[in-house]
Formats: sequence, C-alpha cells, structure tokens
Amino acid sequence: MKLTTMQLRDLAIGAAFLGTGGGGDPYIGRLMVQACLDAGLEVEIIDPAELADDATVIPTAMMGATTVLVEKPPSGEEAVAALRRLEQRIGRRADATMPIEIGGINSTIPLLVGALLGLPVVDADGMGRAFPQLEMETFGVYGISGSPMAITNEHGDCVLIEAVNNRQMEWLARGVTMRMGGCAYIAEYSMTGAEVKRTAIPHTLTLAIRIGEVIRQAKANQEPPIEALLRFLPSTLYKFGRAIFAGKIIDVHRETKAGFAVGRARIEASHPSSAIMEIEIQNEYLVARVGGKVRAIVPDLICILDSESADPITTENLRYGQRVTVVAVSVPEIIRSPAALAVFGPACFGLAEPFTPIETIV
Amino acid sequence: MRIGIDVGGTNTDTALIDGEVLRASCKSPTTPDVSTGIIAGLRRTLAIADTSPSAITAVMIGTTHFTNAVVERRRLLEVAGVRLGLPATRAVPPMTDWPGDLADRLGRHVFMVRGGNEFDGREIAPLDEAELKRIGAEIRRRGLRSVAITGVFSPVTSVMEKRAAEILREAVPGLAVTLSHEIGRVGFLERENASIMNACLADIARRVVASFRAALREVGIAAPFFISQNDGTLMAPDYVERYPVLTFASGPTNSMRGAALLAGETDAMVVDIGGTTSDVGMLMNGFPRESAVAVDIGGVRTNFRMPDLLSVGLGGGSIVRDNGARIGPDSVGYEITTRALIFGGETLTTTDIVVAAGLADIGDRSRVAHIAPEVINTALDTIHRMVDESIDRMKASAKPLPVILVGGGAILVSRDLPSASRVIRPDNASVANAIGAAIAQVGGEVDRVYCLDGTTREVVLTGAKDEASANAVRAGAAAASVRIMDIEEVPLAYLPNSATRIRVKAVGDLVIG
Repeated sequence: MKLTTMQLRDLAIGAAFLGTGGGGDPYIGRLMVQACLDAGLEVEIIDPAELADDATVIPTAMMGATTVLVEKPPSGEEAVAALRRLEQRIGRRADATMPIEIGGINSTIPLLVGALLGLPVVDADGMGRAFPQLEMETFGVYGISGSPMAITNEHGDCVLIEAVNNRQMEWLARGVTMRMGGCAYIAEYSMTGAEVKRTAIPHTLTLAIRIGEVIRQAKANQEPPIEALLRFLPSTLYKFGRAIFAGKIIDVHRETKAGFAVGRARIEASHPSSAIMEIEIQNEYLVARVGGKVRAIVPDLICILDSESADPITTENLRYGQRVTVVAVSVPEIIRSPAALAVFGPACFGLAEPFTPIETIV
Repeated sequence: MRIGIDVGGTNTDTALIDGEVLRASCKSPTTPDVSTGIIAGLRRTLAIADTSPSAITAVMIGTTHFTNAVVERRRLLEVAGVRLGLPATRAVPPMTDWPGDLADRLGRHVFMVRGGNEFDGREIAPLDEAELKRIGAEIRRRGLRSVAITGVFSPVTSVMEKRAAEILREAVPGLAVTLSHEIGRVGFLERENASIMNACLADIARRVVASFRAALREVGIAAPFFISQNDGTLMAPDYVERYPVLTFASGPTNSMRGAALLAGETDAMVVDIGGTTSDVGMLMNGFPRESAVAVDIGGVRTNFRMPDLLSVGLGGGSIVRDNGARIGPDSVGYEITTRALIFGGETLTTTDIVVAAGLADIGDRSRVAHIAPEVINTALDTIHRMVDESIDRMKASAKPLPVILVGGGAILVSRDLPSASRVIRPDNASVANAIGAAIAQVGGEVDRVYCLDGTTREVVLTGAKDEASANAVRAGAAAASVRIMDIEEVPLAYLPNSATRIRVKAVGDLVIG
C-alpha cells in the first residue's frame, strides 16, 4: 500500500490516540513525511506476511524529549544514518524498516526513512502503544536483542551500543541522547522476517490510519466520533474498547521523578453521579481508578479524549475544566502474556495492582 | 487622565479614564486612513468630558488592523525567512505548512544557515557568518526589505539571532529585522511562522503607527502613546513598528479587561454574548487566562500568547428549534431585523423568546404573543444551561466566580447561574475594548528550558523571576509596582536529567511622564 496524504493525516490522529497521553505530538513527523510525498517520494507499507522469513528488518525511531524535538526538528538524515550504520555492523542490508512504537511521533520516523531510502515499512510495531523505555518492546520480550543499536544526531555522530541486555541498552542510550542534545535517532532490534512475524504486533500502522479515518468520517457525517470509534475497534486486534468514564477534569498534578513526568489527573463524573476517576501518569496514562478500584490498567490503553471532538489529549495538555471521555481499549494478547507483563506490566511502573484485562472489569 | 482607543474593523471606540473612572466615551466609524476616525473620536470624547488635550497623560491604542491585514492578505511585504539551525531542522524547511496563497504572497524566500543552540545553551554549530553575508547580498539582489531570523533554542540564548541581524543589516541598509526570541516561546516552527508573519507587516506597522502619531498631534495631545498587545500589556510605538504581530489578540484581551474594570472585579468569568456566538473567558489577577494550544492565524500555526476563549453558538439571533430544546448554532445574524418574529420575520430566535417572556421590550411584542409558555420556559432553560456549561468549562477551578455579562445578547440571561457567585451587567460595556486599552499595564516574560544540573530549582526560579521583572521594567514599568503574575513549570518528559521549562510573567504600572 502506498501512503497517501490523507492517510498520513489520519495516521497522525490515530497515533496520538494510541500514544495514551504520551509519545509526543506526531505533527512534526507528519510534516517531514509530507515533505517527502510532496517531493514525489513514496512510502510503501507492507503486511508482515509479505516479508520473506530471512528478510532483514531494521526498526527506526527517535528517542529523548519531544519538547526538544519541537524546538529542534531533525535534518531528516539522522535515522537513515542510524539504519545504515547498523547495516554495516551486522553485515546485512535492510529489506524493510518498521516502527518500534506506534503511539505518537515514532509512528512517523520509519515512514520518513522508508521514503528517503525507498525501503518498505512493515505494518507492525514493538509496543502497540507508547512506552517510555526501549526495553519495553515485544521484540525484546520474545527474545530479540535490542543491541547492536546505532544512535545518531544531526551532525553525523554515531554511537554503537552493544549492551548485555535490553535494559542496559536503554540506560546507556539515554545517556548518549542527553549528550546529543536531549533528542536523538536510533536503529535497533534488527531481526529477520520470521522474527517480525513472531514478535511484532501486526497491522498497527494501518490500525492508526483507520482510527484517524473513523474519527474524521464520523465528524464529517455529524456522528458522535467516540461512538464510531468504539464500533470500529472490534474489527481489529484491539477488539474490546469501552468508554469507562465521562466528566470534567477537576485537578491535574505533575512533577518530575528520575527524568520522567509523573502525576495524576482527577475527573469528576457528569451529573447526577459525583464519582471521581483518578488517572496516574508516568509519561503515559498508566492506571485509572474510581474509589481506589482499578477500572483500567497498563498495558491496556487508557485514552483521554475531548468528549466532543474525540481529539486525544496528551498529558501535557490536560487542563482543569476539559470535558473528557476516558476510553479503555484491550491490547492484543502478545502484549499481555506473562512474559510481556514482566517487562511493561503494572509492576514495572511501581504499581501495586496486578494487570486485569479491561474486558473482565465490570 | 488616560485615553483608550480601540480601532476595530468597523468602529473606533474612544474612552477617557480618570483613575479608574470612565469620564466619557464615544463610537465613531473606522476610516480607511485610520487617523480621521481617531481624530473624530478624540475630539468628541474630549468635548463630552470638557477636558483639554493637555490634561491627557497617556493614550493607549488597541487595534485589530494587523490581524486583518494577514487574514485579508492585504499590503503584505515579501519576506526573507532566515533560519539558524543547520545541520538540524532541514527536514522541515521554513513555511512548510503555510497556506499556498499566503506563502506565494510572501515570496517563499527561505534560507537555512548553520547555527542555533541546544536546550542547554551549547551551540548546535558555530554561526556560519560567511554564508549569512552571502544571503545578505542575495536579499539585496532580490530587493527584499524585511527579514525574519529564527534560531533553534533562541529563547534560551539569543546571541546568534542578534549577531545574524548585525551581519544582515550591514549587508542590506534599511532592512527591517524580526528576531524570533522577541516574539515567541519554545516551539520552533510556530515561533518561526510568527516571526515571518511579523516581518511581512513591517511596512503596514510603520504606516499605522505614523497615522496614530499624526492623529494625536492633530488633536493637540502631546502625551506619550502606547499600543496594547495580546496579553493585555503595553508596547511603546517604536516596539510596535518592529513587532506588530504581538497585537494580534489584543481585541478580546482588552474587551475582557475593560469589562472587569467596569464590574470592579479582577477574578471573574467574562461572557460576551453577540448575535451569533458567545465568547467565554476567564480573568485571573485582572488578566485573561492564556491558551496553551497552537493558534491558527490566517491558516498559519503560531504559538502566540492568546486569551483562552470558548466560543459557543448562542447569541441574540440564534435560531430556536424543537420547542425550545435546541438553540443554534446557526443564527440569523445581521438579518435579525428582518427575519426575527418581532421584526416581522418568520424565524423564531432567542431574542423573540426573551421578548415573549416579557424580559425585554424590542420590536413588535404582539407577534410573539402566540408562543406557548412551555416553549418559552424550555428555551430559557436551554439558554441558561448553555451559558452555565460554557462558563463552568472555562473555569480553572470549581470555585464559583463572579460572571460579567457584556455584549448586545446579554439580555438573554435573566436567571441566576449555578456556576456564578453573582452575575454583573456593567454599564458602558459597549466600549469595554477602549477601556481595557486605557488601563493596560506593562509586562515582561521569561520562557526557557533550564537545566537543573549543578543548581537548584529555587535558584533557577529566583533568577527567572528577576529576569521577568527586569524585562517589565525595561519595557517601561515602574520598578516598585512590578509583581509576578504567573509561574509555569513543565518538566521535560523522557529526559533523565532535571531539565525543566519555566515560564514567568511579571507586570507593573506604566511610568508616565
């Protein structure tokens, strides 16, 4: 499938939704890819099933502060250079690139790489949402090594990281990112086509495009966009979606802990109920509780949407008085296995509650 | 005594204020040359107040002239957009997301140079001065008279933008220069867009300021004059000539601040009900709460300091349906005088409802006598629910606040509002804009990413407050009157050292004389 301008716009909306409050605004990523389309370049999105088992796939992404990214857009060559350097290191040419994270800005970086290099982009990713750290990927969960990893900046500097494990890779890469100005570009988790089919969450690029499309079309038809979205989800791998709360933001609290934005938002239900939902934030929305009882919890998606427009609201843009609907969505089984939960389940974020699938919470 | 003038697209309003008391006001039509309308308004206002021009100590002007110029694509200069940031930023060249007609109008003269800074002040690359000299020659060759210079992280350090300005000025005598760090905050593309937009207004800014000056001279007012900017603070005329873009949202700001003065409140909700929409905003410490999201002007994404306003489709001309259960968002608008029932028309509007309810006496009351009491009641319920909900939506906390009602449609609200501690309907609300201009203060701001390595939050915060206060004094505020209005701290997510974006705003009273 060749990506169109309209699909790119829809993708930006869908990726913001799948970012569950984090992952960075896809706006700049959209502009970069649009510039490629305008210049006559193409982005070919391929189904993971189309990959030969021995094909080489090298995922690409940005890492670091999105606040830096919005002030210092990239040259466009960084992620390409990271991929090329990793090719050299592993001694194989990439047959395709792929997102590591469908939520937020990182859904767009591989599209830029694909356009510039004429490489297909695999319709899959390693998070199925947004997570704050590089070891939090299904690739790693199911045995793929993140290393060797290449990390680059706009100057052409490149650092190769060969860490003993993925957690250590994340730790070292984060330090390099700081030295590179707080925002850098990476290629990691190189793998074969067979490994993509085994470890990646399939069809998430097209899922993001479809989510954006459903919201856009509902608005054009004067239908409630959130209802349209919930009707659409059962036809995807994210099959169970439910509006778990609607009301008004009455309090937002934020602070920084160990470099991550931590906080909580409180939402008061619309009349006549006066229930209050509390949502905990660690870059993304992690857990939603009412009266201390869990109503949805990571890795299931917790998305705060503007009740009227269905625009996803990021953690940075939460404000008192917003009328919001909280939508919780089940993630595919590959993200919920015991092995997966050991890497990005509630305990990995310091939460005491166990993971409970959204469809079993009444 | 101060005079406030609001130069709108249709009317020029003038208000004479003594301390905080309105002494005289008038409305006169805005004229194409701007100054004729101002002169007429000034003469009439001085006459009403029986005051001599020499008694005026300052004149404050608010205007939508520059906004309209961009929206209507009128009299815009071609602009050189110079970016300091290579090798970064190349993936999104200047003016990438602009509407094609506006970008064409400005000539699409874009240049990118090595330079710019990192968030912690390090250089991305040393400024490429040789390349800038070459660009200077090119700007001269193309006959461009205005340039916008935007450096990556210039809100952190502005040294490179200033140096680039020196080089270009030397190469192109008389060049109008816009520096992005003077205009906007962190958010590169939005700041660059605003800077380029500012640069295209260089001519019109000089002309409009000159006509303000001429009008005052003509009337015999020798007092200094100022122009109000987006956040409700003042700029000196020479600064407006260079940064007209900072006036873009001054209209709604002045209107809200004027309403607050008339109502005697500093913390309140302001609801301006017009013919088609109601605009709801919040005043904190006498200033409008600002919008956090990107603002679109003439189709271009910017990050100006704009008041956060909620516009809902409820006004005096809104159409009433479903026996009063549904109102608007469509309105008969200016056709109310022919289409509303009370004016002999066939459309049931909100104004018809309030007349039928006996809450207002407009038009021919007998033409609405047939409306059933249930419909009247349901419609009034709907109106009040819509107003109340939008007020509650715009508040910053659950605390009830006074609600100030202004605008021609204010007659729609007759009951108490649950979200309001009380409802105030000030007199003279029709010249609230001019009054808001007259009472404007002077502000200073800092918005920067701070690295907390090797220092503490307290030290950084104190430094930021001092700098914001110093900026206010530099802009003309009396040092003793300066106070900190607002502090915002946003930690940078996904960065493992303590980098924080801090924004501090200070305001003070204008030094007069």
